[in-house]
Formats: sequence, structure tokens, C-alpha cells
Amino acid sequence: MIRFILRRMLASAAILLVLTFAVYHLLDFAMDYFFDLRASTSPNIDQLFESRRRLLNLDTPVTLRYFDWLAGVGGCFIGQCDLGTAWVSGQEVTSQLQGAIANTVKLVTAATLISIVMGVLIGVISALRQYTGFDYVITFVSFLLYSLPVFWVAVLLKQYGAIEFNNFLNNPVVSWPVVIVFAVIAGLFWMGAIGGDARRRVIVFASATVVTFAVTAYVLLTGWLESPRIGLIGTALVSAGFAVAVTFASTGLRNRRALAAALITVVVGLLLYMPLQNLFYYVEMNIPAMLGLLLIALVIGAAIGIALRGPDRSASARTGALTALLMSIVVFCDRVLQEWDRYVAMPQINNRPIATIGAATPNLQADFWMGMLDSFTHLLLPSIALILISFALYTRYERASMLEVMNQDYIRTARAKGLTERTVVMRHGLRNALIPVTSVMAVDIVTLIGGAVITETIFGWSGMGKLFIDSMNRNELDPVMAYILITGLLAIAATLLADFLYGLLDPRIRVTS
Amino acid sequence: MTTFIPGPRGQGAEQPGDSQDSIETKDIAGLSQGQIVLRRFLRHKGALVGLITIACIALFCYSAVGVGPIPGWWQYNHYSSNPVLNPQGAPTMSLPAWLGGDGFAIGQHPFGQDDIGRDNFARVMKGTQISLMVMVVIGVVGLVIGSVIGALAGFYRGWLDNVLMRITDGFIILPTLVVGAILGKMVGGASAIALALALGLILWPTLARLVRGEFLGLREREFVDAARVTGASDLRIMLKHMFPNSMGVIIVNTSLLMAQAIVLETALSFLGFGITSPDVSLGQLINEYQSSFATRPWLFWWPGLFIIVIALCINFVGDGLRDAFDPRQKRVPSKRVMDRAARRNAKTAGDAAGKGAAS
Repeated sequence: MIRFILRRMLASAAILLVLTFAVYHLLDFAMDYFFDLRASTSPNIDQLFESRRRLLNLDTPVTLRYFDWLAGVGGCFIGQCDLGTAWVSGQEVTSQLQGAIANTVKLVTAATLISIVMGVLIGVISALRQYTGFDYVITFVSFLLYSLPVFWVAVLLKQYGAIEFNNFLNNPVVSWPVVIVFAVIAGLFWMGAIGGDARRRVIVFASATVVTFAVTAYVLLTGWLESPRIGLIGTALVSAGFAVAVTFASTGLRNRRALAAALITVVVGLLLYMPLQNLFYYVEMNIPAMLGLLLIALVIGAAIGIALRGPDRSASARTGALTALLMSIVVFCDRVLQEWDRYVAMPQINNRPIATIGAATPNLQADFWMGMLDSFTHLLLPSIALILISFALYTRYERASMLEVMNQDYIRTARAKGLTERTVVMRHGLRNALIPVTSVMAVDIVTLIGGAVITETIFGWSGMGKLFIDSMNRNELDPVMAYILITGLLAIAATLLADFLYGLLDPRIRVTS
Repeated sequence: MTTFIPGPRGQGAEQPGDSQDSIETKDIAGLSQGQIVLRRFLRHKGALVGLITIACIALFCYSAVGVGPIPGWWQYNHYSSNPVLNPQGAPTMSLPAWLGGDGFAIGQHPFGQDDIGRDNFARVMKGTQISLMVMVVIGVVGLVIGSVIGALAGFYRGWLDNVLMRITDGFIILPTLVVGAILGKMVGGASAIALALALGLILWPTLARLVRGEFLGLREREFVDAARVTGASDLRIMLKHMFPNSMGVIIVNTSLLMAQAIVLETALSFLGFGITSPDVSLGQLINEYQSSFATRPWLFWWPGLFIIVIALCINFVGDGLRDAFDPRQKRVPSKRVMDRAARRNAKTAGDAAGKGAAS
């Protein structure tokens, strides 16, 4: 195994070497280092050309310059990274990279997680309802999303998601036909997703439509949108809903112990709600502290599951921990939303909360919570743009993979021995259907650090992708090479990781050296 | 078991009382591989609609503004300014009265005009032409390079395979958008064909890998051994025996490659590394007009709409081809259709019994 990995890494290093060599020469050919001097009428133009040539060392042959650059990269192994300088701004590339990587990670993490979860969920349901109206609609929608050019969606989002939505917030006019159509679509969605015989379909459709209509009407009529909040009651309702849903997916509602574990976790969480508010009020929070609290919540949830004993404690513990995770997110969102009114009233925001440019409002004097809210309002639109497209991709993958698995013989065996449909789908179907998708995810997540080039450019998000495009436009060779190096390394790491994961998850595949 | 010689579509299929099983047998009885694939493809409604739509769009855009020296039937071209008709150059096309417009009309500038009075319809048509052309060229270049490299690697194995596959790995490592931007910066200003050729050089690796895998499997099959024993040359074995057998993989992936190609070209043109002004492409149009979205939204909607429709159609065609070539994909009728067929069966059986009793 170790020999296999070593051999792969050696081969990859060789590929990367050849690749950087070729790209360096291509880039040197493509870039015009004198683009700003060409139109100049300055009398000392020859001197300017000469000094530029000296600055960029252009009299040295390009191959020698490449090895110069390579020596600088080699310095990274002994702790002295020198990736060159962006000559227009005079900045060190290493310092440019730090900010860019941090920004990109911030942008893509949430978007990737959400699209994976939603894509897998919808893909599985679509596969289970193969050749129904629901399946056709989902297939069509995912093809449509997949065909959308991201730059087109992003411009539309800026117009309707930010400018028009902010106008709407300042002057909310409810259009009832739209609400009714929305409610009917939601009803149809749930009817198709849950399925069943005619009677059940009618019931599901009616109740989903009525509930959606009521919730939308409540949100619009009570002015919830202008100052959104969750509060103790909202937290209780949403968490209880999560508890039931998690139990249904994780063990089935028949397992009363697991259900009890989930519900007790919710009750404990609600009891802790007020103390937490005090803690948040008196102690300045930061990200590590939040992660610590999340960990404590997970432990509490799992502990409740174990404390209930019973034949399969691990199932109850898993349910409790998952419920605790979701509930912690609800409590976190609740606390962040409490800042909304103050945030919107800030002079820099001026009642237009949804931002279109950048990663944060400049000069905003904000504590941890308001900073979080500010990040979220900036993240919202680029995340939607990213989610729309990768969601479609995951739905396709998961649907195909799930269909393949559900036609296998062992699924028939599982059904024949009398397992419930839930167990067949979740334990025998989904787990195996996730294996191929996992390797796609590994590649996707790691290469996302390379940045969403177009999304970052349009939303002015100074991450890796924007660094690449800007440097290309400014004819700066060194930052582009650094970008190529990092994406190349990550891609190699991703394929290795994917192969490794595949071997780990699928017992039929054994790595031989 | 009776053999059924299939007539043209629609003759045999409507017979009542056939069980689903015999319809399935009828599908494959006495048909060549190509006929089976064609039938399955034609049955995929989405793919068929997609194919027809693409053909219509291509015909429409090429005939509207003409190609090269040949003029089209539309009176304006994509580069000269005309007097602005409506305020801001708003579209002259209006919806019919029953859709809430003020009577159907096409007018002088159905898609509107831009700030200096150029006709948006002519620009969108020209842009569609260029984008389609780039897409096809990328597809052909990718198809040729990918299948040749994959075939050589899979057929000869050994050191050639190693070298070719390492080259392929090198191409796969970097995101296509990044390499595309670098190549686009080199040749983008030159001409659309140059850009298309350059982009074709980077989109072949997936196809090469798949063809190699297919060839690795095929070269162990008996018919290849038989051909070799009869003294066929390597080239003949590859062309006559192995390529026809890997057609499915090649066709399906070329269609997917073309879907990728149109998205890549429009994205690059949008970023300014693809087709640049005064040439037009759909992505370049959106790039040029994105800042005027608030004042002249039609300049933005139309090119975007064409990109979406083309990409959507290609994706559907690719999906249809994949289903058609995949022997495992067997369309199982839904429960409702099965119930209906069962009821019909029962009814005809009942009728037949009634008739039998009456006579």
C-alpha cells in the first residue's frame, strides 16, 4: 500500500513538473509585459521599455527563468517560500495567496455542503420514484440548472436577489397569486416526493399546500421578512421537526428509543437556550469557541442516546447526536438573526442588507455576531449561484448511482427476507449508492479550493479564482504560476484521496502494488 | 416462441392484448445493433425534441444573417449602427393580444437595439452561429484526438500506453477553464476558428481514457483474435473491428464534450479570454451588455436564452444517446401503465370469450 502511494506520488510529481514547465512557457508567450507602454507617447519610452525588461529579467531566456522560479518553489520545502512577485502591484505572491485561499474556503464550504446534502437527497428520491412525473420534473430541472451559464445566473441574482429584494424589503407589497402558485407548487412537490396511492397523494397535496400557504402568509403579513427572528418557540418547533425527520431517516419512527433520544435532546437543548443567550451576551465569542460548543452538544446528544440503553444503543446515540447538531445550527442562526435590526439600521447598510460585492462591508464596527451576519448577507448570492449548478450535478450522479444499486440482486434479497422498505433503501441502497459519489465529492471539494473563477469574478470576491483572472488581465506571470501550482497539487491530492476512499469503502476493490 | 418480423413503427405496436413481455421481444427480434439504438433514441422524447430544436436553431441563425459573403434574409447586420426606433432601443416585437401584449408584431428590431443602434437580433444570430461553430469544431477536434490517443494506448499497451496516459493525466489535472483562459489569451483575439482548435486540444482527455478502457476490453475478445489469425493488419483490426464496437462510448461522450464546449466557450468569452469584440459570440454579448442590464435588459436576456436552449438540448441529446447505447437501460413501464394494460387485456379476453360464446 505504501509502495503504491509512493509510486503514485512520484509519478504525479513528475507530471506536475512537466506541466508547470509547459504552462510557464505558454504563459510567457501569451503575456504582454509592455501592455501599458505600447500606447505611451512619453519621450523616454526606450528607457521605460529597458527598465521593464530589467525588472522582469526578460533578457534571460525563458527556460532559465522557469528554473529560477522552480528554485523559489523548491525553497518551500525548507521553509523559505518564494513564489515571486506580482510586478504591477509589487506584492509578494505568498502574501496574496493567503488572503485568497482564506476567502475561497469561506465561499465554497457552505455552498458545497448544502449542494451535496440536497443533491443526494433529491437524487435518491428521484431514483426511488423512477419514471413518475416527479422524476421527470427533477430530471428536467437538473438538466436546466446544469445548462445555465453561471455568469448569466449571477447577473440575474444581482438584479433580482439583491437590488429588487432590497427594494421589496423597504416596501413590501404582497402579491397573493404568486403566493398561491408557490403553495401549489410546494404541494405538488411533496405529493410527488412522498408518493403512495391516490388517497394518500390527495392528503399530502392538500396538507402541504395549506401548510406552505399558511407559513408564507404568516411570514409576509407579520413583517417577519423585515426583521426575521426565530425565538424560543421557533427553535422548539423547528428542532422538534428535525428530531422526527432525523429519527425517520436514521432508524425509522418505529424505534421508540431513538425517537425518545431525539426528543429528549431537543428538550435539553431548549432548557439550555436561556443560559446560552446569557453566555453569548457576556462572553465575546469566536469560531473555535463555537466549534467547542458544537462538540459539547454532540456529546450531550450521543450521551442521551446511550443513557436510554436498549438493544442498539449506537443507533439511539447517532440519532441524538445528529439532532443535537441540527439543533445547534438552529440556535446559532437564532442568535445571529437577533442582530438583524441593529445591522440593517447601520449607516453602512442603510436598509439594503443583501450585498452584491465583496466578502464583508468595509469599516463595519461589528462584534462576532454582527460580523457573522455581515458574512452571511455577502455569502448569500454567490452561494446560491454555486449551489444551483453543483446541486444539479450531484442529483444526476446520485440518481444514476442509486438506480444502479436498487436493481442489484442483494436489494431483492433484502426485500425478500422481510426488511422494511426504509431499511432496504437507507442501509442497503443508499450506503452503496454513496460510494461512487464519494469519490466525485473528494475531487470536487479539493478542487474547489481552486476557486469558482466566474462566480468570484462577478461578485468581486477576492479568492483564488479572482486572483487568477486579475493576474491574467494584468499580465503578471508569478501569481498565475502559483495558482497553477496549487490547483495542480490539489487535483493530484484529490485523485489520490478519491482512489483511497474508493478502496476503503468498496470491499470489492483492493489496491495492489 | 413466435418470431415477429417488425414492420415500420406504429403498425405492430398498437395491437391490443399484447403483454409487455412480447413487446420487449419484438423490440429486439431481427434488428441490427444500429437499428436497436436508433429505435431507442427515437423513443426518447427529450432527446428527439432536443435534436430537432438544435437543427432548427442552426438553420435559423445561419439563414438569417448569412455566412461569409452569402447574405441572409434579415435586412440588418451585426456591426453597423441604425437609427434607434423605440426609446432606449426597446424591442419592437410584441406579444399577441391574448397574452397581454398589444397585438402580435415583429417590427424592425424584434430583439431591440443596443446603445449605438446595432440590431440585437442580427447580433444574437451571428453570436449563435459563432458559438455553434466553435462547439462543433471543439467536438470534432476532441473526438479525433481523444479516440486516436485512447485507441493507440488501449491497443498497444506497454510503454506507449504509459506515455500517452501520463500526458492525459497532465491535461486532466488543471481545470479546463484555467487552461482555456491561458490558450484564449494566446489566440482569442485571432479568430474564432483558432480559438476553437485551441480549446479542442484541451477537452479530449476524458474521451481518451474511456476509449482506452473500451479498447483494453475489446482486444481480448475472440473476434479480434480471429481477425489477427486471418492476418489483418493492426490498422484494419482497429478500424474495422474495434472502433465500430466502441461507437457507443465515443458518440455519447462526444455529445457530452460538446455540451461542455459551449459552456466553456461562452464562459471564456464572458471573461474576455475567448472571442473578443468586434467578433460576437453569445458569451461575449453577455459580457458586453452586463452593465446595461438595468436599462436594456433585452440585450442580456436573448443571448442568455439561446445559450440555455442550446446547452439544454445538447444535454438531452447526450442523455438520449446514453440510454440508447446502454443495454442495461430497459424502460420498465410505470405501475399505472401496467395496470391499464392488464385491464385492457382482461377486457379483450372477456370480449373474445363473449364472442366465442355468441357464435
